[in-house]
Amino acid sequence: MSAVSRTLRALPTLLRVGVAETVAYRGEFLVWILTTTLPLVMLGLWSSVAAEEPFAGYTAAGFTAYYLSNLIVRNLTGSWVAWQVSEEIRLGSMSMRLLRPLHPMVAFATSHLAAVPFRSVVALPIALILLLSSGASALTTEPLQLALLVPSLVLAWMITFTTMFMLGCFAFFMTKSMSLLNLYFLLFSLLSGYLLPIPLLPWWIRAPAEVLPFRFMLSAPIELMTRSLSGRQLAELLAGQLAWALAMLVIALWVFRRGVRRFEAVGG
Amino acid sequence: MIRARDLKKHFKVHKRPPGFVSAMKSLVHRKYEVVKAIDGVTFTIERGERVGFLGPNGAGKTTTLKVLAGLLHPTSGDVEVEGAVPFRRQTKFLEAITLVMGQKSQLIWDLPPSETYAMNRAVFDVPHAEFKQTLSELTELLDLGPLLDKPTRQLSLGERMKCELAAALLHRPTTLFLDEPTIGLDVAMQVAIRDFVRSYNQKHDATVLLTSHYMDDVVALCPRIIVIDAGVLIHDGDLRQLIKTMDPDKRVTFTLTEAVADDEITRLGSVLLRDGQRITIKVPEREIPAVVGQLLGPLKVADLAIEDPPLEEILRVMFGKSREARDSGEVPPSEATGS
Repeated sequence: MSAVSRTLRALPTLLRVGVAETVAYRGEFLVWILTTTLPLVMLGLWSSVAAEEPFAGYTAAGFTAYYLSNLIVRNLTGSWVAWQVSEEIRLGSMSMRLLRPLHPMVAFATSHLAAVPFRSVVALPIALILLLSSGASALTTEPLQLALLVPSLVLAWMITFTTMFMLGCFAFFMTKSMSLLNLYFLLFSLLSGYLLPIPLLPWWIRAPAEVLPFRFMLSAPIELMTRSLSGRQLAELLAGQLAWALAMLVIALWVFRRGVRRFEAVGG
Repeated sequence: MIRARDLKKHFKVHKRPPGFVSAMKSLVHRKYEVVKAIDGVTFTIERGERVGFLGPNGAGKTTTLKVLAGLLHPTSGDVEVEGAVPFRRQTKFLEAITLVMGQKSQLIWDLPPSETYAMNRAVFDVPHAEFKQTLSELTELLDLGPLLDKPTRQLSLGERMKCELAAALLHRPTTLFLDEPTIGLDVAMQVAIRDFVRSYNQKHDATVLLTSHYMDDVVALCPRIIVIDAGVLIHDGDLRQLIKTMDPDKRVTFTLTEAVADDEITRLGSVLLRDGQRITIKVPEREIPAVVGQLLGPLKVADLAIEDPPLEEILRVMFGKSREARDSGEVPPSEATGS
């Protein structure tokens, strides 16, 4: 319990330093934001497909709403922690973190949370464009869905962060662990709804995509924003997110622990 | 207090001969060999001691420090630091120790050191008033004033090292593991760091275990030294005593004011170095008064210095003996030189 209260006491300072870091790395941060603009390309493509008539139930306005929401969610929940963790393990600076009485996952999480307000600098104008565009007509107006958007975004952030943290931890076991990230992004782009809405996928990809964590990292908040969901669907969506957030937290902590044990065994 | 008993740390290392064929073979069948980085080391360091930890490259010094700091899990043996088992890395243990590695940084690269200090204060839960006092002490002792708000990446190596030391000591640890803290620093900075470590040790009764390639650091700071080679302890004891045992002769260096016949010099002791009028001779300790009398009297020297043999020389001899013992299959001479 004392570890938790100590962490809570440290939180304001950690967040403040995190903000200072984000400001110091603003160049890299902007470049990273630019790399998340792929949905705009997809928007252009699908809008022209659906210009004449709806495609698989999506109108041009529906695609606009989907990809602009996609951009907002990706902007608010994306994470680059895998590169940081992997780099620190490779260069040995992870040792220094292990000598502090604070779990490295908490330290990275606070530093990433501190960047959220800066992400809004990009996300908010996109939201404004979305509301002023034809896509506004395809957005939900259900108060419950809108209220659930915030917890859904928080859970999406958690699943993404813990997954990326876990991927970074593979550097404990492999020298070139970053090659795993290419595989991860391939799966993420296809199964999360990043490239195209999940309902547009062929059934044999859609079926696993419905249950794998990728959907809950990105598609779930987009579904809340752009679809009309029944009470049961809403419950399933949020429960799925919560389950994956907890599962990925446990898995990431386990991989980290195994990694540190290996680090302790072979040196770093 | 630090206690290590029969401490061993063995690594399994992937071994592959060079060449394409071996690379292909290693894809299906990997060969491993066991490297004994530490192989049965035993020592105890009492609270407040300053101990130099010496050995050639690859002797196991850094590995030992990492085991003691809790970063490595020992293969076997017992280790206890500040009453705790290091690799469990419990909060109480982490608050009591620090590890400074000259080659690794804990400062946040793009932010000024003051931000790392603020973060360490929060993480180590140091009360604000205590933090303020410690930081002002460290700022004064290490002359950090102008550096605190400069981004770390803009600091010189020496400036960064001073800031690293401060970051490592803000939580007032009582056991300091210092791994090459003066590497790459100029002489003035080395002296500043040494003075600082000594005053911290005296003020906080802190235990210091130091590795350094600069023997001046060790001679100036550490009354006791532990020497390891190939993971085995080959000496543990008083530095001066070691020097006396290994080479009891003194080095006498002087500058002649006028030319003197060679045999006048060789009569005093064997000549180790001659650079014009500046000469270094080796003289048995009991003959020092007579030799000094000669030099100050008939020979008229401009200056005169009497020193112990350099530690580098002593260690070179020790490592040579240790290697010979290993090559001939004997047990390394830990008893022979240990005290």
